[in-house]
Amino acid sequence: MAMTHARQTMEVIYVMWLRQLKRYWRSRARMIGSLGQPILFLVAFGFGFGSIYAKAGGGNYIDFLAPGIICMSVLFTAMFGGIELIWDRQFGFLKETLVAPISRLTIMIGRTLGGATVAALQGVVIFLITLCIGFRPTNWWLLPLALVGLLLIALIFTALGTAIASKLDDMQAFPIVMNFLIMPTFFLSGALFPLDTSPKVLQWIADINPLAYGVDLVRGSLTSVWHYGFGLSFIVLIAVTAASIALGSWLFTKIKL
Amino acid sequence: MVTKLVHPKRPAANSQQSKVSAAKTATVQTSQSNTASDVIIDVRNLVKTFGTFEAVKNISFQVKRGQIFAFLGPNGAGKSTTIKMLTTLLDPTSGSLTVDGLDVVANQSAVRNLFGIVFQDPSLDDELTAYENMDFHGALYGLEQSMRKPRIEYLLKFVDLWDRQGDLVKTFSGGMKRRLEIARGLLHHPHILYLDEPTLGLDPQTRNNMWEHIKKLNETEKMTVFFTTHYMEEAQRVADIVAVIDHGKILTMGTPKELMTQTKTANLEEAFLKLTGTKLRTEEAASGMRQMARMWGRR
Repeated sequence: MAMTHARQTMEVIYVMWLRQLKRYWRSRARMIGSLGQPILFLVAFGFGFGSIYAKAGGGNYIDFLAPGIICMSVLFTAMFGGIELIWDRQFGFLKETLVAPISRLTIMIGRTLGGATVAALQGVVIFLITLCIGFRPTNWWLLPLALVGLLLIALIFTALGTAIASKLDDMQAFPIVMNFLIMPTFFLSGALFPLDTSPKVLQWIADINPLAYGVDLVRGSLTSVWHYGFGLSFIVLIAVTAASIALGSWLFTKIKL
Repeated sequence: MVTKLVHPKRPAANSQQSKVSAAKTATVQTSQSNTASDVIIDVRNLVKTFGTFEAVKNISFQVKRGQIFAFLGPNGAGKSTTIKMLTTLLDPTSGSLTVDGLDVVANQSAVRNLFGIVFQDPSLDDELTAYENMDFHGALYGLEQSMRKPRIEYLLKFVDLWDRQGDLVKTFSGGMKRRLEIARGLLHHPHILYLDEPTLGLDPQTRNNMWEHIKKLNETEKMTVFFTTHYMEEAQRVADIVAVIDHGKILTMGTPKELMTQTKTANLEEAFLKLTGTKLRTEEAASGMRQMARMWGRR
C-alpha cells in the first residue's frame, strides 16, 4: 500500500513542484501583471536612454538592457515565489504539509524547484518579448547557457525568499523586503548600466551582489559582453545557489506555527 | 503539581451508552481490562512552557481506542498547545506522549501516519481543486496511485463533494471546506482523527451533518476521535468522555453524565461554567504564548 521512502520523497518533490506551476498558471492576473513591469522598464529605459547611450559610445542600449531586464523579471518572480510561503502560512496550507510524515527538507526542495521553474519560465517569456522589440542575441548557440544562468538566479532568489518568509510571518513584511532587498539587488547589479565604466563603489557593491554574476552570465552568453567572465560568474552562482538553498532549508525546518 | 483527575474507572454511564452503537459498547466494555493496546493516546505529566509562561502544567490523561473524546476549555486554556504537541507540531517541555504505543517525539514520522487532523482554521489550497487537494495529501502520505483514486472517490462521496471534485476550493462555502478537510484527514486511514474546533462558524445544519458523518466513521471504522469545541451541547451529545482544561490544568474528566452529576448541574454547559467560572477570557494568553515562543525560538 505504502510506497518506499525514496519514491515517496520523489513524488512529494514532484507534487510540490507541480503545485507551484498550477498556481502560477491559474493566476492569469498575476501572470499578466508580472509582465507589465519588465515591459515598462524595457520601453522606458531602452528607448528613453537608448540615444544617450549610443551617443556616449555604448552602442545599442536595448542589446545591453534586454539581458538585465530578463534577469530582473526572474529575480522578482523568484523572490515572490519564495515569499509566497507567507501566504501558505496565512491561509493555513503550510500546516497541512508540516504535519505530513515527510521531512521538511523534501517539502522545501519541492517548493523551491517549483518556484524557480516558474521564475525561469517567466524569464523565457520576457526573452521572447525582448526579441519582439529588437533584441538579437549575438550567439544563439549559447542560449542554453543563458538558460542555466536564469535557472541559477531563480533558485538563489526562490530559496532566499523562502528563507525570509520562514522568519517573517505577516504580510506587512512584503513592502519592506521589496524596497530594501529586491530593488537594491536589481539596481546595483549592473542590469541597467555597465559596471566596467561605473564608479568603484558601485563595482564593489556589485561584487557582493549575487544578481550581478547572474546578469553577467546571462548577458555574456547572449551578447558576448562580460564583466566578471564566464568562469567566475558560473562558480559564484553555483556557490551562492548551494548556500541559499542550505540557508532556506535550515530556516524552513525551524518554522514554528 | 498533580492535577485532579477523575478517571472513568467504571464503564461509561448508561444513559450515554444508550445512544452509542453496539460496536462502541463493545469497546467500552473491553476498556475495563485496561490493557496497553486499549489506550491509544497516553499523556503523562505533560508540561509545555514558553519562556516563563506555563501553557500546559503537568497534565495526564488517556484516551481509549474508539472513543470520542472532547477536550474542552476556555480560550487560552491550553487546548491548542496540547493538540499541537499530540500532532508533533510542538515538542513538549517535559512529560511523555504516546500514541498507539509510539513515543510522539521519538517517532515523529510514524506517529504522523497514525492521525488525521482538521485544524481550527482552514488548511486547504484554495487555488487547487477538491480532487487535487486530496491527491496532494495522498502523495504527502505516500499512498499508491492505485489505492488513492478509489479512496478519494469514496471519501468525496462520503462528504457529498464528489460532484464538485473538479472545482477550485476557493469557490467552496465554509461548510464545504470543512467537509473536504475531514475527507482529506481520513484519506490515509488514520487511527485517530483530531478535530480542533471543527464546527466553528458553521450553521447548525452543517454542524449536525458533520457530526453525523464523524459518528458514522467512529462506528464503522472504529476510529478514535479527539476534538475541541466551544459548543457544549455538541460535546454533551457526541462525546463519550469529556476532559475540562483551564489555565493549563485538567480540572476534571469523565462522561458528560458524570460531570453533570459531579457539579450537580442539568447540562454540560452549566457544568463547564461551574468548573471554569463565568469570568470572561481573552485570547491574551494564547497570543502571549505565541509571542514568547517566537522570542525564545523554541519548538
